[in-house]
Amino acid sequence: MTKAILALEDGSWFEGISVGARGDTGGEVVFNTSMTGYQEVLTDPSYAGQIVTMTCPEIGNYGVTDGDVESRAPQVAGFIVRNASPIASNWRASGTLGDYLSTHEIVAIADIDTRALTRTLRSKGVMRGVISAVNVDPEQAIARARAVPPMEGADLVTRVTCSTAFDWPPDPAEPGAASAEEFGLPPQRRAGLPLRIAAYDFGMKWNILRRLGAYGCEVRVFPASTPASELLATDPDGVFLSNGPGDPASLDYAVKNVKALVVAEVPTFGICLGHQLLGLALGGKTYKLKFGHRGANHPVKHLATDKIEITSQNHGFAIDPDSLPNDVTVTHLNLYDGTVEGLRHTSRPAFAVQYHPEASPGPHDADYLFGLFLDLIEEHR
Amino acid sequence: MPKRTDLKRILVIGSGPIVIGQACEFDYSGTQACKALRSEGLQVVLVNSNPATIMTDPEVADRTFIEPLTPEFVTQVIERERPDALLPTVGGQTALNLAVVLSESGVLESNGVELIGASVEAIKVAEDRLQFREAMRSIDVAVPASEYAKSLDEAMASVETLGFPVIIRPSFTLGGVGGGIAYNVSEFREMAERGLGFSPVSEILLEESVLGWKEFELEVMRDAADNFVVICSIENVDPMGVHTGDSITVAPALTLTDKEYQRLRNIARRIIRRVGVETGGSNIQFAIHPEDGRVVAIEMNPRVSRSSALASKATGFPIAKIAAKLALGYRLDEIPNDITRLTPASFEPAIDYVVVKIPRWAFEKFPQADRTLTTQMKSVGEVMAIGRTFKEAFLKGCRSLENGTSGQLFAQPEGQSEDDATLQRELAVPTDRRLWAVFRALERGWQIDKVHDLTKIDRWFLWQFAEIVELKRAAGLVGLRDMSVELLTTLKRSGFGDTDIAAITGADVSAVFDRRRDAGLRPVYKRIDTCAAEFESFTPYQYGTYERECEADPTDRPKVVILGSGPNRIGQGLEFDYCCCHAAFALRKQGYETIMVNCNPETVSTDYDSVDRLYFEPLTFEDVVAIIEREKSAGGDVACLVQFGGQTPLKLALPLQAAGVKILGTSPDSIDLAEDRERFARLLWDLGVSQAPSGIARSREEARAVASSIGFPVVVRPSYVLGGRAMAIVYDLSALDRYITEAVDASPERPVLIDQFLEDAFELDVDAVADATGAVVIGGIMEHIEEAGIHSGDSSCVVPPYLVPERHLAVIRDYTRRIARALNVVGLMNIQFAVKDDTVYVLEVNPRASRTVPYLSKATGVPLAKVAARVAAGASLAEVELVDDLNVVGVFVKTPVFPFVRFPGVDTLLGPEMKSTGEVMGGAETFGAAFAKAQLAAGHHLPDKGTAFISVNDDDKANVGQIASDLAALGFVIVASRGTAAYLRAHGLDVEVVFKVNEGRPHIADRVLDGQIDLIINTPLGRESFFDDRIVRRVAMLHSVPCITTLTGAVATVNAIRALRSEALGVRPLQDYHAGIVTDEA
Repeated sequence: MTKAILALEDGSWFEGISVGARGDTGGEVVFNTSMTGYQEVLTDPSYAGQIVTMTCPEIGNYGVTDGDVESRAPQVAGFIVRNASPIASNWRASGTLGDYLSTHEIVAIADIDTRALTRTLRSKGVMRGVISAVNVDPEQAIARARAVPPMEGADLVTRVTCSTAFDWPPDPAEPGAASAEEFGLPPQRRAGLPLRIAAYDFGMKWNILRRLGAYGCEVRVFPASTPASELLATDPDGVFLSNGPGDPASLDYAVKNVKALVVAEVPTFGICLGHQLLGLALGGKTYKLKFGHRGANHPVKHLATDKIEITSQNHGFAIDPDSLPNDVTVTHLNLYDGTVEGLRHTSRPAFAVQYHPEASPGPHDADYLFGLFLDLIEEHR
Repeated sequence: MPKRTDLKRILVIGSGPIVIGQACEFDYSGTQACKALRSEGLQVVLVNSNPATIMTDPEVADRTFIEPLTPEFVTQVIERERPDALLPTVGGQTALNLAVVLSESGVLESNGVELIGASVEAIKVAEDRLQFREAMRSIDVAVPASEYAKSLDEAMASVETLGFPVIIRPSFTLGGVGGGIAYNVSEFREMAERGLGFSPVSEILLEESVLGWKEFELEVMRDAADNFVVICSIENVDPMGVHTGDSITVAPALTLTDKEYQRLRNIARRIIRRVGVETGGSNIQFAIHPEDGRVVAIEMNPRVSRSSALASKATGFPIAKIAAKLALGYRLDEIPNDITRLTPASFEPAIDYVVVKIPRWAFEKFPQADRTLTTQMKSVGEVMAIGRTFKEAFLKGCRSLENGTSGQLFAQPEGQSEDDATLQRELAVPTDRRLWAVFRALERGWQIDKVHDLTKIDRWFLWQFAEIVELKRAAGLVGLRDMSVELLTTLKRSGFGDTDIAAITGADVSAVFDRRRDAGLRPVYKRIDTCAAEFESFTPYQYGTYERECEADPTDRPKVVILGSGPNRIGQGLEFDYCCCHAAFALRKQGYETIMVNCNPETVSTDYDSVDRLYFEPLTFEDVVAIIEREKSAGGDVACLVQFGGQTPLKLALPLQAAGVKILGTSPDSIDLAEDRERFARLLWDLGVSQAPSGIARSREEARAVASSIGFPVVVRPSYVLGGRAMAIVYDLSALDRYITEAVDASPERPVLIDQFLEDAFELDVDAVADATGAVVIGGIMEHIEEAGIHSGDSSCVVPPYLVPERHLAVIRDYTRRIARALNVVGLMNIQFAVKDDTVYVLEVNPRASRTVPYLSKATGVPLAKVAARVAAGASLAEVELVDDLNVVGVFVKTPVFPFVRFPGVDTLLGPEMKSTGEVMGGAETFGAAFAKAQLAAGHHLPDKGTAFISVNDDDKANVGQIASDLAALGFVIVASRGTAAYLRAHGLDVEVVFKVNEGRPHIADRVLDGQIDLIINTPLGRESFFDDRIVRRVAMLHSVPCITTLTGAVATVNAIRALRSEALGVRPLQDYHAGIVTDEA
């Protein structure tokens, strides 16, 4: 067993064992409370630049499965668990978690008091940190943690967006490209005619694409830096703004493009970072949450229906409701802390949610939002 | 949607006596529901026949009826109390079934009572397997292929298409009674026939076998606005084929991907909608094929359940409390989460630990019972353990069982050399002992795949077990002295107890303890907070683990640590949890900080609401000492209360005291004195109190000598046992030899106690409270209805005594006071007396809470355990304002209930070894009426006319005449066995002779089968129980014909039948009994 260390910028450190690649890594240390779906978490590009702690203590039990990815490879900067299973026990598994992490050069630490770590992050806020499986000297690790660039102001999108535009699904042979019908909700409705969606990839989770596909959409995915005019030139039925990592306020170019889309009155739907960008484009402001929302159990109230959705969440920034202009309505609220979970322009065809209706991991309660996107598109045809 | 304002008065139905499949989890749920309803300003009318429950405490409901849970009595309650609504979902299957009957008979409608929580339609769709199957088909949810049969012919036809193995499930029975798995035609025929008999509607479902599939449960809730949440997922370590109550289960589910889990969640939502549970909680069970992931829904319970109690304890989310509020119209988001305070109940708990539940069986009480685990539940209790990893939780669970399994995971089965073929069989056929076989196989080096093929237990769990085996091997190799701190740390972090490590390394447990402490290894305590630390928690609900950070955050207030009673077992169950709760309630009110330690998830004591601080931990020395030290670390006085939880905490009294822990109340030395036969006999001698001649034997030779000097028959038992375990009455030397060789191993460490058996004596129980000043208050003198020789827990009893003359009662009161003072009892004390030949004997003294305390408290209206807790904490009885011995208004009879129906082949005859699982109480103005109500509540249908069969042994013949003529006078036709008939004829009674089973046909069992017999009085013929009698008793049980096996029981039964015929049995709430107001119905 190889020793590993986790050090935080506040000077605290934890000694554990290495359960991934033998290297070291730095990033913003966050925690996720999902009890299932570690592989989806690992491969979610929104975690770029972040070291993710799973609060659920037994991780890796069902191994990894080719189809259960949200992008081609793990995206996290590092991974922290209480106990990593050396074996994979599931009929769909293609390998163990440890091998997967090593293959993809993800540094990971296990056997530490993840609850103590989580309580630290909850009370002090998320922090920069370092995991090392090569140099376990605490002082040096702490110093390196303090040298990790902060998340605020960071444009991490450029790291994870696609380099050229592509159509979804990219290639039937691509693992994870196919939508496993048996595991998703049947869509509540499908588009009457195939709808063409242009999607901005800020670090898009594949399950968004799978769900749009399930609802009868054809999607062309564009790099984050693509000018809005180029998207609009393809005459899409609707535009989608994806999730993604980092500080939305650092993405001036993206905000500018979203403004152009809004003006063009093309039906637009955003998720997570896409939600924040829409908010900024509509004149709102974003701020950093103390320790973010990462998990699969956050209750969100849909204000139009008063219904509660249990949602999948992964964000560290939020929209300040007081900053929103009068023509923007808050549509969804987080019942844990009252933060904005969804917004809609009152006259233009644009709406977005902060959480993840595509789930993966997490409950499928908010899948109806894809249907609302279809409604919006069909209203505007 | 806020609370409905049209509901003012709610009827809550409890689940009745503790039986296998329905235990104190329903007291936990029901109490929560009652408290929740009252906190909303509603009036609660409660009916439950079980006096040992917290829910039947008069302060929990506005009107508390301890009455039989039959449609007739509940109808009386409804007519009298006029509730607006009935909440049937917190009293188990019993309450649901009653609700259906009351609805269908029109009682609810005619009294304007609305069903809330679940509609009759929803209950039927969920409970009726055919309707459930159709409902599942209508929403495209797969279920195992199945056929429905109403007769044996239909069943035989169906099984041809379904093939073997096939599962037989009778409709509308509790905990799968009468069900099973058949592997061939002959088994099938027998089981189908039995199942049809058990089903109240003569229906069985024959189901495709999904044996070996992975089994999961989701605990879900839904509100009136269709909001839906999953509270907890539970994975069964034992795959399909073993009832979930008999499975080791784990929360959260550990081997499902998110894709698979969300699929279950989506199906669960469709199911609860389709079944139509509009508000409240449900339990939904699924099977998943391990090789291809195919999912089938197995069943759905539209109510709180054993699993929901487990889920509540596992997550900190109080399902029953929330369900009650949802039934009033609240939405989930309108109810706050108690633990985080700031967040609502409309969320799904995230847990950052692993919870393991392990069942506890009582097969040692029923040696003839089939130990195979099937779809019919057989365990009597369970433990839950919490750790940061599965291994830790599992090993903590093993030591919580108190099976003597510490370090014994790998032990060979006793007296049995086991070859590979035997081991293979033990793995393939699930029994209560399979888990230990898994460990032996892994230790033998069997591959995980091989063990998986035999057991179908998921490889992930087997891998965890293999890691435990590997750690054990490593520890055994180095021994304690050479063990590195690193290995010791790994062992402790993996859940090994000090006693486990001692057993593995051959070291003394105190050496392990010291070694561990020298290494600075102490557990820390983590909180259960519903949210995996995402939010601050305000409820100190904690578990121990070996980690870095401790969240215990003890205060410096004066505290009392109350040790609970651990897993339910025969002889130690709900009654002791009741006493522990009462102790906590009383001391909390006195300003102490109350701290509970317990490991039984079914209980009220492990509700975080019951105490100030809860430690969900094993009740072992190691675990308890660690908690007390942690609590002491903040300063403030910490004392420990051991006298309320039965034997479990009592065993810890001396070691804890030796470790410097202050024990409240009666000193551990006095407790020990009462248990030590020789010291105790000397004490009684000094006091001039009569006792049956007795002796103690440390070898077979000593036993023979003692027995001969006392004279046969004698009662023999091991010292320090519970519930009469291995206790027997022996009539001669050869039987004594057999007992010493087979049943116990008399040795200097484990002596055998031998007492003269007082044949035909009356037995009485006394519960009393004594204080440090020497004041003693007698709570009551309870007269056993069955004569000596039957365990007190299995005997019906009555307060006030009805046959014992006042002069004897005076002696009993006097002895009680003298013994209490001589033992310096401070707190509760129970004494068993026998009266024979005009002499009062003391049989046994237990300076602690007893099984009868709750019953007596309900009968007298005085909460004895609360009083005792205050006294133990230092108050005098005068300060508690309890000076006089207690009185009873009316007559209260307690009657036990037995699990025989679950164990085919087991004799129903009672003896000195306790076999009952629970009890009911009947209250009335006369003995006959109270006894009749208790019998009805226990499920015995006393006939008011018909034919009575009498067959008694020679000793009893002299006394049976009066009984027979009383029955004849009541209009019964009397039939009898030859000998008894001859005697009765000689005394002028007209009696027909019926063959005994071995005398030709039609014999008595045939007559019972044909429905020609309505009552049986059958005392065992001689000293050995004859096969003949056993058949009669079993047939009678299966056909619900009352079978009385003692003459005193027969006299009481005749009294009850007379009462049934002459008076209308009314209902009366405890609040009226104790207010001393006689109402017209009573």
